[in-house]
Amino acid sequence: MPRRDDIHKIMLIGSGPIVIGQACEFDYSGTQACRVLLEEGYEVILVNSNPATIMTDPDFATRTYIEPLDVPTVSAIIELERPDALLPTLGGQTALNLATALYEAGVLDKYGVQLIGADYDAIQRAEERDLFRQAIERIGLRVPRSELAKSVKEACEKLENLKLPIIVRPSFTLGGFGGGIARDLDSFCRIVEEGVTASPIGQVLLEESVIGWQEFELEVMRDRADNVVIVCSIENVDPMGVHTGDSVTVAPAQTLSDVQYQRLRDASLAIIREIGVETGGSNIQFAMNPETEEIVVIEMNPRVSRSSALASKATGFAIAKIAARLAVGYTLDEIPNDITRKTPASFEPTIDYVVVKTPRWAFEKFPQVDTTLTTHMKSVGENMALGRTFKEAFMKSMRSRELDVEGDSEASTDELLATIAIPCAERYDLIMELLRRGVTARQIEDVTEINPWFLKEFAEIARHEAKLRGRELTDTKQPEPPGRALADLSEQDLRLAKQTGFSDAEIAGFTGSTEAEVRAARIAAGVIPVYKSVDTCAAEFEAETPYFYSCYDQENEARRSEREKVIILGSGPNRIGQGIEFDYCCVHAVMTSRDCGYEAIMVNCNPETVSTDYDISDRLYFEPLTLEDVLNVVENEQPKGVIVQFGGQTPLKIAEGLSKAGVPILGTPQDAIDLAEDRGRFGEVLRKLGIAHPPFGTARSLEEALDIAAGIGYPLLVRPSYVLGGRAMEIVYNQEDLERYIETAVRASPKHPILLDKFLEDAIEIDVDAVCDGEEVYIGAVMQHIEEAGVHSGDSACVIPTFSLAGRLVDRVREHTANLALELGVIGLINIQYAVKNDEVYVLEANPRGSRTVPFVSKSTGVPLAKVATRVILGEKLAAMDLPEEPVHPHVTVKEAVLPFSRLPGADTTLGPEMKSTGEVMGVATTFPIAFAKAQQGAGQTLPREGMIFLSICDADKPHLIPLGKKLHELGFSIVATAGTAEALKKAGVPARPVRKFTEGKPHVVDMILTGKIDLVVNTPRGRGARTDGYEIRRATLRTGIPCVTTMAGAEAAVAAIEASREPGIQLHTLQHLHGRPTHTS
Amino acid sequence: MKNQESGNKQPEAPAAVLLEDGTLYHGHGFGSPGAVFGEIVFNTGMTGYQEVVTDPSYHGQMVTFTYPLIGNYGVSTTANESDQVHSRAVIVREAHNLARNSTAEQGWIDWLSLQEVTGVAGIDTRALTRRIRSEGAMRAAVYWGDFSEAEMAARLEDTPSMAGQDLASRVTCAEPYEIEFLKGKHRVVVIDYGIKRSILKQLGAAGCNVTVLPAWATAEDVLAAEPEGVFLSNGPGDPAPLDYAVRCVEGLLGKVPVFGICLGHQILSMVLGLKTYKLKFGHRGVNHPVKNLERDRVEITSQNHGFAVELPEALAARLEARQTGGGSGEDTGTSAGPGKTFFEAPSAKELRLDTAFGAATISHLNLYDGTVEGIRCLDLQAFSVQYHPEASPGPHDSRYLFEDFVNDIVINKVKQA
Repeated sequence: MPRRDDIHKIMLIGSGPIVIGQACEFDYSGTQACRVLLEEGYEVILVNSNPATIMTDPDFATRTYIEPLDVPTVSAIIELERPDALLPTLGGQTALNLATALYEAGVLDKYGVQLIGADYDAIQRAEERDLFRQAIERIGLRVPRSELAKSVKEACEKLENLKLPIIVRPSFTLGGFGGGIARDLDSFCRIVEEGVTASPIGQVLLEESVIGWQEFELEVMRDRADNVVIVCSIENVDPMGVHTGDSVTVAPAQTLSDVQYQRLRDASLAIIREIGVETGGSNIQFAMNPETEEIVVIEMNPRVSRSSALASKATGFAIAKIAARLAVGYTLDEIPNDITRKTPASFEPTIDYVVVKTPRWAFEKFPQVDTTLTTHMKSVGENMALGRTFKEAFMKSMRSRELDVEGDSEASTDELLATIAIPCAERYDLIMELLRRGVTARQIEDVTEINPWFLKEFAEIARHEAKLRGRELTDTKQPEPPGRALADLSEQDLRLAKQTGFSDAEIAGFTGSTEAEVRAARIAAGVIPVYKSVDTCAAEFEAETPYFYSCYDQENEARRSEREKVIILGSGPNRIGQGIEFDYCCVHAVMTSRDCGYEAIMVNCNPETVSTDYDISDRLYFEPLTLEDVLNVVENEQPKGVIVQFGGQTPLKIAEGLSKAGVPILGTPQDAIDLAEDRGRFGEVLRKLGIAHPPFGTARSLEEALDIAAGIGYPLLVRPSYVLGGRAMEIVYNQEDLERYIETAVRASPKHPILLDKFLEDAIEIDVDAVCDGEEVYIGAVMQHIEEAGVHSGDSACVIPTFSLAGRLVDRVREHTANLALELGVIGLINIQYAVKNDEVYVLEANPRGSRTVPFVSKSTGVPLAKVATRVILGEKLAAMDLPEEPVHPHVTVKEAVLPFSRLPGADTTLGPEMKSTGEVMGVATTFPIAFAKAQQGAGQTLPREGMIFLSICDADKPHLIPLGKKLHELGFSIVATAGTAEALKKAGVPARPVRKFTEGKPHVVDMILTGKIDLVVNTPRGRGARTDGYEIRRATLRTGIPCVTTMAGAEAAVAAIEASREPGIQLHTLQHLHGRPTHTS
Repeated sequence: MKNQESGNKQPEAPAAVLLEDGTLYHGHGFGSPGAVFGEIVFNTGMTGYQEVVTDPSYHGQMVTFTYPLIGNYGVSTTANESDQVHSRAVIVREAHNLARNSTAEQGWIDWLSLQEVTGVAGIDTRALTRRIRSEGAMRAAVYWGDFSEAEMAARLEDTPSMAGQDLASRVTCAEPYEIEFLKGKHRVVVIDYGIKRSILKQLGAAGCNVTVLPAWATAEDVLAAEPEGVFLSNGPGDPAPLDYAVRCVEGLLGKVPVFGICLGHQILSMVLGLKTYKLKFGHRGVNHPVKNLERDRVEITSQNHGFAVELPEALAARLEARQTGGGSGEDTGTSAGPGKTFFEAPSAKELRLDTAFGAATISHLNLYDGTVEGIRCLDLQAFSVQYHPEASPGPHDSRYLFEDFVNDIVINKVKQA
């Protein structure tokens, strides 16, 4: 059955902003799908609110709408575009839910749009718990025993048929959001209540606990001729009870016999057929009782998922591409396997290596958050590592996390055993430590229920380590220096150490030497890595696609080609402050390097990304981004140089080491990076150029800090040097704050001093992205932040073009940018942040690398900055590129941050200098207020058009209160406010009803929010208080999903947006039109 | 024996794999020390190591597992495909001995030691596999102990090659035996060329009681047992020298429904006038796609064979034209070009052939390399497949073939009644 010719125009929905549980894996799958559908000659209409995606680059669709992903907007696009079909299975849960909603609203029927991939009934059977249970029981399998409830009362009644502990799962949420494990009645009631709130249909599933059972996932593909294949099995090292996104997972399953595996395979085939997913990929999760082999089906995603991305990267089987082809009518045997090119896709990949994925969390940014790992996903990113053994892959994955190495724990063995009994982020580090202390695998098994096979492997790693150290596995303190020196290690010892997965740095630690010494000794002994291909078939056929991982076996398959090559370093696991925006830049760098005739080699370890799609680059090395691993690739490939400026802080951190090892850094040289990062040297540059900056100092001790503070005066912006995403960045208002800060911040980054800057209150913050070729500077865009300086730029909404800045000030910003870039010696991208106050332009910081706003700027202006920068890095001059002048903007684009608070219970939602957002959306319109309204809508904070507004304004912001109140009153809103605020409003003639604060006793404002009486909250806090009124108010808005604005500038923008959004109609813009490109139709 | 990890704690003793082309791979020994010789092959399955090494079809061969970790879930009596290990040696990247899976009775390394099987671990099995892929399955020496490379090379020279060897007669049962199954309703004679236990189990599950006869049974021997169906089993070695088996089956066709698997398929094909040949490195694994041309469905199959049935020239030419080939490199790779399909399988009708026993059709094709995976007689009741529908190890996609066989038996019974 070849391609369907009865459909011509296909709409694809992306997954929107990056949130916990839904990251760049859907850019990867969506990009693949777009490419495939265009290649097949279909018109592709793409809707995604996230500008930081490769899929929304105008080349990847016929028409691209960066618009909010909601029913009104997408209905309007459907009405305009009239697509024949909607493919909802490649944009995560967001796309699936939106497609469901569009169907239910009758929009698809009205415009004759067919759902392809999975139809409405199949989606319902997979997603609606009770239908799912019935389907599973029809085929002789079972799901955990369960009951449905729509309220706490009903849930308590249902408790008669079930025993605690019970897993509470809200219906129709992603990443298990809102659910949890209830071990006692109290927690049961609380979790049920939260779950009912979180579920879009107000329903939760109360489920028999299978905690401690083994967890497996199978990735399944089906075509419309009913051929079914299993792409990959994945085993969770953490037993049931931890969300798979928070588990360490391994592929293929390690502990199942063939008989057991085939039972899961049979079950998977039966499930995908019964649910009726017509074509494409699904992910099915099972729990197996390790004693009785009893199997229960946990859930099924009738779509491409995070696990699909992992399975794709783990096996080389292009799940998303193939799913897209299946959706338009091909069968699996009609599609070639693009790795072998000679065999069809109707096969099951077999692999000859082990794949380990470990998650990465961001708990350090959310001190109030419960860090226990449960069925509700909390990690923000992940890495994947491949090795020839589990030990090797596990150790590579552990170092791919890029965490600062913590010393041994001070806690007692018993305390540690108690800690690991409850799943937590440090679980595996602590298990390794316990094993080093001589605790047996059996003891750890008793408290964690982790499968003994994995614990045996961990114990072997610990034994190897002890051997290398010349020590015993024991709890007692052993004398320094270590028992064995580096020189004592034979070639065999070194080889075994490397095969076990130890890094040079770790071996250096064991032997009291340095990483460089270990590297030299290892190379002298001939212990160097070889690279093996990922080929889907365990070498049975020749692989055409060069996708490699390192190991210490015999044969090297990654033979160097004759072509001139560049290596591009990726950004590693997603984390807050370093996410998809950097992968976007890396992908552009790869594409451009290829266009310029180079062989582009990608090194990265994040399986969610487009950059680790093996056909984006000429060669992909799936490796940790450490100095050692990168140097090894460099030695194998002998490139012209390495590009480090697109992957965020990760490649920059190792740039110095690469440079010292004699590896050419392409683009901005190491010294220029240092010049921008070193406060003292940077200050010199600014003085020389006559550019203002807030007074600052650098302190290496508390005493120094207090001295500096006395000199500069409070408030101060304080932070450790060399950080990204404002890690540990804070504003301190007095000496007490500063003292408290130094104690925690020094810990945050022990090797580096603390930076103190005078904090400019109420300044306007400006961001500039520019490219410099050493002679000339091209300004990508001058962006104005909506929130005032002090809110991390990553969390602040920002606008292109600037909306309230005098032209001469913008010119001064441009001038400063050019001067700075040239003076620093930047070759490539630079991002500079400015604060403008009282007509003075201050430089806050300059980063000589790609920034997180590069994709936004590129989407807004149509000039792909990272591509321009890559050409410059490779030697082209800006003058030769025929770039447009910074355009006179016929439209306004607003970028808004998306915050993870709703997924991290307990987190304070106040914005500050430490970045907290995980993703972003863009709003496009002809005016600022409408663009802002669309950005808010895209971020899930749709502003009300009428109703009741609650105002609580801190004293510092009071001057702005009256105009705001007047405007709201004019717009017909009723106003409630805290006593002080209400009084001030009344005096100015604005009617406002006072309401009690949370701490003033019931009835208070929090109740009003929780009962849905309030439609918008404006609450501007100051300082950091854990249990203040503001905290409770903001938590309440989070639970009810009511928009909450925490800055005055944000409130003013919101009011303008509300006013504008009362105009009828929805503005829609395609990116192709905005960029003045002819749309390619087929 | 549970919980013991003795195998992993043995000091690492040097061991090696020497190929007939002179390539040497160093590793360390496990299982039982010694020097063994035979044909070296690779299996790409990620589970099922115990089923593989006890499968009589591996008799005389040395198995390289491409999955690097072997032994993870221990060993269980129920997974045995025969009462002994047939592969002469086991070559792995990393051997495991933990026996903590709920079904495990013993550690893999301990079990191999007791079975006196020589194992080599620490081998770059991917490099070895690539060598076998490019040079073909070849003879090799696997040794662990005090042996010189020169001595091994000399003894390797004397090892007979697989081609032309009748190994079925070495692994067949010495005496006939019978098994009655719970659901058994039909009398089936199984000719044992090296049968796997799971085939007998599947026949039983489909409703057969079986009488197992040795490989050299004649048509008269078979018919004397008054079978309602005859099953031709799998087995090791080259089908070409098995004249006695061909003569036997010639005497059965048309008289009783016949079903063959693997070597049994090759024998039926030879009876129908087709030739067999040695594949470069064989098919061994659990992931090969096979298209059932009669039902237009793809099955993921369990495979274990070094020889295959040759497609008659005229049919081969017809097939050749079907393959459009993979992507050009410019596109996303998963395409044969916009709107084009990579491979359009012919219908079974297009692959008909005339035989001494009437019309027959190629019923199954391997989608990896277009080799013949099944044949069916159209004028009488006989069919066979090259792959292993009983799986074990491997997917269960093709178990319907046992039902098909029983259907033939039932239809035949009805006809005769």
